[in-house]
Amino acid sequence: MTVVTQTLILCARVLRNLSRQPIWIAVMIVQPMFWLLLYSQLFKRITDLPGFGGVSYVDYLTPGVAIMTAFFSGSWAGMGMIEDLDRGVLERFLATPASRAAIVFGRILQAAIIATLQALLILLVGLLLGATNGGVIGWMVILLAAFLTAAGFAGLSHGIALRTRQEASMIAVAQFISLPLLFFSSLLIARTLIPDWMQTASLLNPVEWAVRAARGEAIPGTDWGEMGTFLLLLAGFLVLTTAFATRSFRSYQRTL
Amino acid sequence: MDAIVVDSLEKTYGRGVKALDGIRFSVPEGEVFGLLGPNGAGKSTTVRILATLTTADAGSATVAGHDVAREAGAVRRAIGYVPQASGVDREATGHENLILQGRLQGMRGSDLERRSADLLETFGLSDKANALVKTYSGGMKRRLDVAMGLVHRPQVLFLDEPTTGLDPEARAAMWEELEALASAERLTILLTTHYLEEADRLARRVAIVSKGKVVVEGTPESLKSELRGDAVTVELDGTDTNRAADIARDLVGVHEVTKDGRRIHLRVDQGAQAVPVILAALDSAGSGVQSVTVSRPSLDDVYLHYTGRDFRADDGESR
Repeated sequence: MTVVTQTLILCARVLRNLSRQPIWIAVMIVQPMFWLLLYSQLFKRITDLPGFGGVSYVDYLTPGVAIMTAFFSGSWAGMGMIEDLDRGVLERFLATPASRAAIVFGRILQAAIIATLQALLILLVGLLLGATNGGVIGWMVILLAAFLTAAGFAGLSHGIALRTRQEASMIAVAQFISLPLLFFSSLLIARTLIPDWMQTASLLNPVEWAVRAARGEAIPGTDWGEMGTFLLLLAGFLVLTTAFATRSFRSYQRTL
Repeated sequence: MDAIVVDSLEKTYGRGVKALDGIRFSVPEGEVFGLLGPNGAGKSTTVRILATLTTADAGSATVAGHDVAREAGAVRRAIGYVPQASGVDREATGHENLILQGRLQGMRGSDLERRSADLLETFGLSDKANALVKTYSGGMKRRLDVAMGLVHRPQVLFLDEPTTGLDPEARAAMWEELEALASAERLTILLTTHYLEEADRLARRVAIVSKGKVVVEGTPESLKSELRGDAVTVELDGTDTNRAADIARDLVGVHEVTKDGRRIHLRVDQGAQAVPVILAALDSAGSGVQSVTVSRPSLDDVYLHYTGRDFRADDGESR
């Protein structure tokens, strides 16, 4: 059996288990809609400021909320790994011929699928509020960016989970990295309104790459080269964090 | 052919804790073999090395003819592993757990469905097949664990402390299942336990493990019969066990005296005849006696005999 099949089987297991938690589903659905409605009301008049390129704030915000949701989904994905670890499920998988990589990939894929579904929901709600987000191509780019963001940060999160092996440490690390990454980006606010040094620093931030790629289509005068670059950077980030998670998995195995 | 060969395995954990110190034993195909010892003796470490979950620092081992270090993949296909801490997915049903386990072992389709239904039936879980595992009792969860270890028809099954944490009723039920299993399928089983009765009842041969080594090995019967006569345990009022032990040692018909806290353990030819003599001797020496028990030799006594320590005291962690 191939790594791909095993990844799909292990991913399906987690999705099935999650689908049995009605409260989890409700929060996953309501939360992004809540962000979108809350922010779009809170910052309603922000587009009066220069730098938003003449689009409505809902148009501006929808891709941002999709990416933020994906970023959060990914960052917290490691909690599931710790649960498997604590309950001995991981150890049982390790005593089977299943590929070690598939155990990590299955978890990363699961976070990415959830984030993509959430992004789709956000786009639909945005549409009701009047944001078209660049039509079919725009939507595809946003969904792809959300997928890559969630997967990339899930890789990071699983790596941290496998190294800390404790919920409290995992929560501390996730908290520590998530807010700075969120605010060092143009997720909520036009880039030109951000101080210069922060703009420069934000170019190292995968969240910023995702936002820039996702927002490209929605803003008139899209630079396709720039958008492609950001998507490629995100893909690179995913490769890197997946490698980190896989390595962490090996270091976890050595401690058994 | 031997299904399991363990040759001089050594393992030291990070903080300098020597878990295995040259443990060696072998298990012929189709046999139920018990590794018996207190917590921390190295039983679980041995099983984890055999199940390819961790590696030894020195020594070698083969399972179903495959080297555990060099042919981990082949070993994993040949074994079923039932870990000490249950590894079932609590958020899934019993049926789903079995199917997932089978798929990870490379099974699929109707063969897997049939096998899973058979196992649910065998382990008395058919009624709860489609209920989430978190609604199962401890005994049911453990039976599912064993069923999952068997789904791909392994040649060798590792059972790490299969009944630890179960109530007496569930333990008795599990013993029945395991006995049936051992006689029905041509399966080699390596069982670790710190319950002496469990090893006595289930294992055809037993190795007593202490401090990372096998201290003695044999059938439970042969181990017990090597100890002559009955076991007498005297619990004293005071704490001067040395003097009481010296007095007992000089009596006719007493072979072996071991001290252990406020108790002394004696090995005598005839329990019923020896007790009055022992009591009279202790009484005239002024040593008060709280209780006396006479028993046929048990694996407890075998353990005491070979390690010089009381099994229950060594196993203090779990009691």
